[in-house]
Amino acid sequence: MKTPTIKQDMVVMLIFSAVILTMPVWLEPLGASYPDLLQKFAIFGIFAVGYNILFGLTGYLSFGHAAFLGIGSYTAVWSFKLLTMNILPALVFSVLLSGLFALLIGFITLRRSGIYFSILTLAFAQMSYNLAYSVLTPITNGETGLQLARDDARILDRLFSEAGEGLPSTDFFGFSMSGYSGFYICAVLLIIAFFISQRIFHSPFGTKLRAIKSNQTRMKYTGYNTKPYLLTAFVISGMYAGLAGGLMAATDPLAGAERMQWTASGEVVLMTILGGVGTLIGPMLGVGIIKYFENIFSALNEQALHQAYAFMPDWLATVMVTLTSPFVGEGWHLTLGALFVLIVIFLPGGIMEGMNLIKKRFSKKEAEPSPTEKATETGQ
Amino acid sequence: MDAIFLQILNGLDKGGAYALIALGLTLVFGTLGVVNFAHGALFMLGAFCSVSFYKLLTLSKQVKDESITFFDAFKEQPYLEIWFGDYGTTIIDLAVPLSILFAIPVMLLIGLIMERGLIRHFYKRSHAEQILVTFGLAIVLQEVIKSMFGANPIPMPAPEIVSGSAPIGVLFGMGESVVYPWWRLIYLLFSGIVIAGVFAFLNMTTYGMVVRAGMMDRETVGLLGIDVERRFTVVFGLAAVVTGLAGVMYAPILPPDYHMGMDFLVLSFVVVVVGGMGSLGGAVAAGFLLGILQSFASMNEVKSIIPGIDQVIIYLVAVVILLVRPRGLLGRKGVMED
Amino acid sequence: MNNTILEIDNVQKSFGGLKALHDLNLKIEEGKVHAIIGPNGAGKSTMLNVCIGQLAPDSGTVTFNGENMIGKAPHEINQAGISRVFQTPEIFPDLSLLQNVMITAFATREGAFKMNLFRSLSNETEIEDEACQILTEIGLMGKQHSHAGSLSRGDKRRLELAMCLVQHPKLLLLDEPTAGMARHDTNKTIDLLMKIKEGGMTKIIIEHDMHVVFSVADHISVLAQGTIIASGTPDEIKGSPKVQEAYLGGAHL
Repeated sequence: MKTPTIKQDMVVMLIFSAVILTMPVWLEPLGASYPDLLQKFAIFGIFAVGYNILFGLTGYLSFGHAAFLGIGSYTAVWSFKLLTMNILPALVFSVLLSGLFALLIGFITLRRSGIYFSILTLAFAQMSYNLAYSVLTPITNGETGLQLARDDARILDRLFSEAGEGLPSTDFFGFSMSGYSGFYICAVLLIIAFFISQRIFHSPFGTKLRAIKSNQTRMKYTGYNTKPYLLTAFVISGMYAGLAGGLMAATDPLAGAERMQWTASGEVVLMTILGGVGTLIGPMLGVGIIKYFENIFSALNEQALHQAYAFMPDWLATVMVTLTSPFVGEGWHLTLGALFVLIVIFLPGGIMEGMNLIKKRFSKKEAEPSPTEKATETGQ
Repeated sequence: MDAIFLQILNGLDKGGAYALIALGLTLVFGTLGVVNFAHGALFMLGAFCSVSFYKLLTLSKQVKDESITFFDAFKEQPYLEIWFGDYGTTIIDLAVPLSILFAIPVMLLIGLIMERGLIRHFYKRSHAEQILVTFGLAIVLQEVIKSMFGANPIPMPAPEIVSGSAPIGVLFGMGESVVYPWWRLIYLLFSGIVIAGVFAFLNMTTYGMVVRAGMMDRETVGLLGIDVERRFTVVFGLAAVVTGLAGVMYAPILPPDYHMGMDFLVLSFVVVVVGGMGSLGGAVAAGFLLGILQSFASMNEVKSIIPGIDQVIIYLVAVVILLVRPRGLLGRKGVMED
Repeated sequence: MNNTILEIDNVQKSFGGLKALHDLNLKIEEGKVHAIIGPNGAGKSTMLNVCIGQLAPDSGTVTFNGENMIGKAPHEINQAGISRVFQTPEIFPDLSLLQNVMITAFATREGAFKMNLFRSLSNETEIEDEACQILTEIGLMGKQHSHAGSLSRGDKRRLELAMCLVQHPKLLLLDEPTAGMARHDTNKTIDLLMKIKEGGMTKIIIEHDMHVVFSVADHISVLAQGTIIASGTPDEIKGSPKVQEAYLGGAHL
């Protein structure tokens, strides 16, 4: 349980960046290297890494973060409509506005802890969702969702060029947000986001957050005002969610209210838990696994299953197809729910805990675990 | 005046549903100490009990349609009608109220399985983990229902005899123009009866007394040599039945679909929090109170003053209550305080 | 240097019908080790809870270093210079021993809130050295990187003491530091208390074990039914037949 040194952190950062940037290469054999999916990995990665700063470090379980995602998306689309198709101002506004909302909502919800905090965030999530669908229609365009239109103002763009035919597309100073260039832009942002999260995890500030999770009473009698610590974590994770929402809109300029529903927050909770709450890499792993299998599973249908089981005797294949078909295609959410239950029951620490257990088995057979192993054991 | 009267009725009847769901949630929370995010799913399962019962009753075979003579036409005729004639038709018409009898054993069974199979292992785990595992369970349940019944809402008919509106205004001297759907009145009455039944069980039987004692102080009751575990199972079963019944009877009001559970879950938590965690009376009072508040907020006169208030009123109330009176309206000291 | 550092003046506190503290008056002199003894339920822990802001008294004042402490938040009271060792050890079970001590050290150095998001904990060598030194003194060095939650109860107590000591509080409150310890461990704790006594830190110690009390205390007050019934040097208290009969029974002496 040693805090890693800056040198160790830098090594981790280098490896992480290399792994992320080469994703199009090493995901090729897995059939997951097309840009849409890669962008999703990166965007949800940002969301989950940010969520982990709140839930992982402080233990405060929020069901309201989807609201910040939605706010980010709406803001970005409005920036595309009013200012420019360049994503830079869109993302800046997304982060700032969702941060502002997080400050407001966090200030209120953090007055309570435990389950009351969770319920308060639920209430706020539900309120924003309901409002986005009803009275805020002028801003959110209600059920249809907010979309670009050809005759949008786009003031900044108009300064340089006339409106072209058809809908313009988003870019970052000439780099298109679609295709691989879009992925690399998202990936760079993810790497920056991960770097910030790593710094926070290993700073005195992050350690204090973990101390709050461990024993908030002690923190208070130790001379800490815990509220601003929690609020800072809440706002940072809200800004991460805003950035992710902004990027979603940047890769696909459409924002709908369903993005804000509290069950959508459940997805990011699941990703974080699956990978390992409170570990740095865990949430990224969770995102990768869930988005990858979502992609594979939801594309499967009975026919594909029959093909997959073709090597079995006919009767067994039929049985297997009947058994597995409710879990694929439309039934992907069923798989997700079941996975969720299993993880919480058997492996509350997620994949990272599982890996540590395996590692311990191995190191028991050997003599003494080396100090570096001990350091990595905590997964930080 | 008439409008206000109707809104009160409306609110009472919405509140009836809220109160029933919150009552179940509070029972589970107060006795077992478990935060059950799958509670909304129980409501949804109840509603689908009536759907499946209706489907069961209307199992049909193809028969020749006698009314069409110039070519061979076929129509579906339920077996019940074929076997019992008009009696069969009447039974089908009464499907929803009859499905109460069907729902009680089914919901009890579901409750018992849930408690024995999953919830039991989470008594000692943190609230966050309880929330997470039951949330996962809720997703599983709703997806199972979706794959069985499809994604679209399934309209359920109220019995013919009560399908119209009651001239309720006459009773209160307000003229015949003031009418209210019969079924909603029945729902209000029904929720009143179930609530009274639960309170009678808890207050008048020794079994119920032990349960209430358990809500006050679980450990002591355990130390007294009472088999707490078995009672927990029964309480969870009871909560499942109460919540399920709320869903059964709600089916003609709101056509059941697979995600109605999640929609009602947040609401029911809000009700419980407003009433005070662990307070049964609080849950019921808050249910009716919030129902009425919501009805008034959706009046056009109110909406024109504060736009969107109907969408957020319940949550706003909950936020305010949680901040200024963390124990809720009738909550006791020491229950889940942070 | 007979300065009064803490003055409890006419404090009342009742829970429902029960009067936990009744007209409590107490003066603690700077640099002294002041022991509070008394039967169970006398209000000893309630008194400490009032001092650190965990409980608000019904009436009366608590003055620390000339400043009124009533109505202040717990963290403000700690920042003013009061640290407390609890009866059941309050530590951070999920952090390492070293982190436990470093966190408390940060509180004294940086105040109640500081947003040092981008400094690395591993670069805080100054605080780390200080934490290590305290851990060495208290005999927990060597385990500094293991989980605090995995410690034995006695070690948890000592860790908590280390966490308080690293804050260099003006006033240290110790709530039964040896409760439930074996004689051997108790003696170790006495040695430790004697060692920190030499530092001149003011301490209030609540203790049932008279062996400990008479080993370390400069001054003893006897609390019964929420009020002080006797106060004096260890010899005076030992000699007081009233106290002896009522609370000591002579057994331990």
